[in-house]
Amino acid sequence: MGSHGIKDQVAIIGMGCTEFAEHWDKGADDLIIWSANEAFEAAGLDKDGVDAYWYGTAMSGSSGLGIARPLHLTNKPVTRVENMCATGGEALRGAAYAVASGAYDVAMAIGVEKVKDGGYQGLAGAAGKPPTDGTERTLTAAAMYAMCVPAYGKKYGVDDATMREVLAHISWKNHYNGARNSRAQFKKEVTTETICNSPLMAGTLRVFDCSGVADGSTSAIVCRAEDAYKYTDKPVFVKALSMVAGNASGNADPDYDYTYFEEIGAAAADAYGQAGITNPRAQIAMSEVHDCFTPAELIIMEELQLCERGTAWKEVLAGTFDLDGDFPINPDGGLKSFGHPVGASGLRKIFECYTQLRGEAPPERTIKTIERGLAMTQDLGGYPGEMVAMVSIWGNQLG
Amino acid sequence: MRGIIASGGYVPYRRLDRSDISKFLGSGGGRGTRTVASYDEDTTTMGVEAGRVALKNAPEGFQPDQLWFATVAPAYLDKTNATTIHAALRLEADLAFDFGGASRSAVGALKTALGAGGAVMVISADSRTGQPGSSDEATGGDGAAALIVGDDTHGPVIAEYLGGASATEEFIERWRTPGDNASGVWEERFGEIQYAPLVESAWKRGLDAAGVGVEQVTRLVVTGLHARAVRNLTPRLGVAKEALVDDRGTVIGNTGAAQVGLVLADVLESAAPGEVIAVVSLADGVDVLVFRTTDAIASYPSARTVAQQVEWGAPIGYGKFLAWRGTLSVEGPRRPPPSRISAAVSARSREYKYAFVGSRDRTTGALHLPPARISREGDALDDMDAAPMSEVQGTIATFTIDRIAYSPSPPIVFAVVDFDGGGRLPVELCDLDADLLQIGDRVELTFRRLFTAEGIHNYFWKARPVR
Repeated sequence: MGSHGIKDQVAIIGMGCTEFAEHWDKGADDLIIWSANEAFEAAGLDKDGVDAYWYGTAMSGSSGLGIARPLHLTNKPVTRVENMCATGGEALRGAAYAVASGAYDVAMAIGVEKVKDGGYQGLAGAAGKPPTDGTERTLTAAAMYAMCVPAYGKKYGVDDATMREVLAHISWKNHYNGARNSRAQFKKEVTTETICNSPLMAGTLRVFDCSGVADGSTSAIVCRAEDAYKYTDKPVFVKALSMVAGNASGNADPDYDYTYFEEIGAAAADAYGQAGITNPRAQIAMSEVHDCFTPAELIIMEELQLCERGTAWKEVLAGTFDLDGDFPINPDGGLKSFGHPVGASGLRKIFECYTQLRGEAPPERTIKTIERGLAMTQDLGGYPGEMVAMVSIWGNQLG
Repeated sequence: MRGIIASGGYVPYRRLDRSDISKFLGSGGGRGTRTVASYDEDTTTMGVEAGRVALKNAPEGFQPDQLWFATVAPAYLDKTNATTIHAALRLEADLAFDFGGASRSAVGALKTALGAGGAVMVISADSRTGQPGSSDEATGGDGAAALIVGDDTHGPVIAEYLGGASATEEFIERWRTPGDNASGVWEERFGEIQYAPLVESAWKRGLDAAGVGVEQVTRLVVTGLHARAVRNLTPRLGVAKEALVDDRGTVIGNTGAAQVGLVLADVLESAAPGEVIAVVSLADGVDVLVFRTTDAIASYPSARTVAQQVEWGAPIGYGKFLAWRGTLSVEGPRRPPPSRISAAVSARSREYKYAFVGSRDRTTGALHLPPARISREGDALDDMDAAPMSEVQGTIATFTIDRIAYSPSPPIVFAVVDFDGGGRLPVELCDLDADLLQIGDRVELTFRRLFTAEGIHNYFWKARPVR
């Protein structure tokens, strides 16, 4: 028994990523074709050159036909995966393991979500749930994450005004980064004043504390590491892939206080073990994290061991996680700037690691820490007390 | 000896000030207030609340043999509503059925129970409405009552049934076609004339049957939806003015089918031993019931009295009242409405959904809401006891106001509640002013209708502040 990982056994050889936007003129099929073709081009392959596909979507399709039909694949295996907001990352995990096992030479993960066809605000289409007895909680995700704000403030002695400032900085920072990204849904800086005066959504969370809602697709092609240089001179190697599904005990356990996400901490510890990382803050260059709501990003900093518990708020205010900081978080703009097409978001985070590690980010968005050669992605799906979590690490060198 | 063993009233938290009606419409209204069932309440949920109070007042571990539920405003037709109440109260009775249609069915159920055998829980509930601006709308009220009828073998009888009489006559003073939400009424004077001889006859025969003289009556309860007849015929009964019971119409309004039970419960909560209580109910005839309180009433517990609930009310605006009643259709949140609940899943989770029963690990004591098969402490499989939690209070660990979630009346206030003795559940709050809510506040459970989809009501529990 043991979690060994597949460090340096698999490499990403090409990726594609659509602009994330309200694509009123495009369906899921169009978005799939867009990101898939970009990835094929980057890897110098066509669809027949890929041996197996993993298709990640939470609510825009079902079964492997969801990509086999629009891409017109011929006699290819396609696995559809869903793992809430970790769906995109999960698709790539499946593809990577398939290649590492030797079952296939080349595999591809395609994540997509078409959110804006439902006619409601937010991720209201995420239904597809089995019939119930009607006793389940009806809160929105915003309300669930709102509970973390007073809990964190109280536990660590941070007053309401300072908490507001911390959350506003996270939002400001992600929009600052997104303003430098052509693929972002919102390519505009937002002042902290605007953030703090935006309409209340749930608890003390305001519109600018919540991720946007967009349509989008991202694709990645992987092969065994030893074959990678046949396709590209800048492969990105898998260093760690870690996933934890929580047992949802948080909402039933009177000891849970809404200031930590145990699942993410466990996934991070496993990922660091797989990659042989002992000091993530010093060894890794950056991380893309799940900033679905600003308090989530705050707490994730502590779960990833980037700082001591109860101190992330100080680091946020000190600019540690800013684009030019010691450990940039969400240099691409995060969910705040990209919106959250559920099945694509995990792969979109990997796309930013891929871009930075290959030195392909535009100068205004290139992070100075990238010389460390490692980048991290973190996904979570669900709510405080009941979530799935992924942490993955990527590198531009073997070893 | 047969009579009433326990009683309980339910008065909804919200009050509509009648003067708000004329402010809004330019006419109608009046003085005082009326009670308003919340958007998440119906006659079934109010019946459950009254039943809970009555069971608290009954001897420890008491179980009725039958449950009868009477209402003019049933949540369902065809399907029995009493079974929902039966499930929520976790009753073991083999019989549960509805008396429906006319408001007289409630006093009819009570009278039948007094003449029957076994312990019978008689619950009545009503939600009164009328055309905007009408007298029915302003003077009506919402509420429920539960009376437990039995012999002294079932528990101490607090009010012995001495006897009574009835009179019946066909005349059209009030009517409603099935499906309508407002009643029609004939010119008032006509009804009064029709009721007069019936009251006289039933009153005389009722007192005779009870073996009491009119001068012995210390509490007189006169009820009926025909306000003029009630007002003008009461003095003719010959009972001293001081004996006339305040029906709390200026705060509650007239609760129709629930009125006899609610006023009787109120009286029993303050009665001394040896009092003669006469009830005269005017509804398509007249029913007279005469009781005498026993020595047992001196030690009657009286949990959550009608008088207390009358004190606890908070106002609701007329616009919100109309929206809750469905008279005014208002813009909802831009979220998809919920799907209908599954009958099969609900049947499997009956104990949790309707009676709020969790499970408790026999070894570690860890409490699970909803019940679990594998313990979150120690991982034991299928080693749990049922843990009834509906009467357990809790403390708010944290809470949030959700302005975007679907609700028939947004915003939703949700709290993570830690129950006394273990167990936690994030649960929706109700009957509160969210601005005053604080972490650490104490809450108790209340049975509510969360939403209705495709005609199926979704009943479950919410929490309200302990008052």
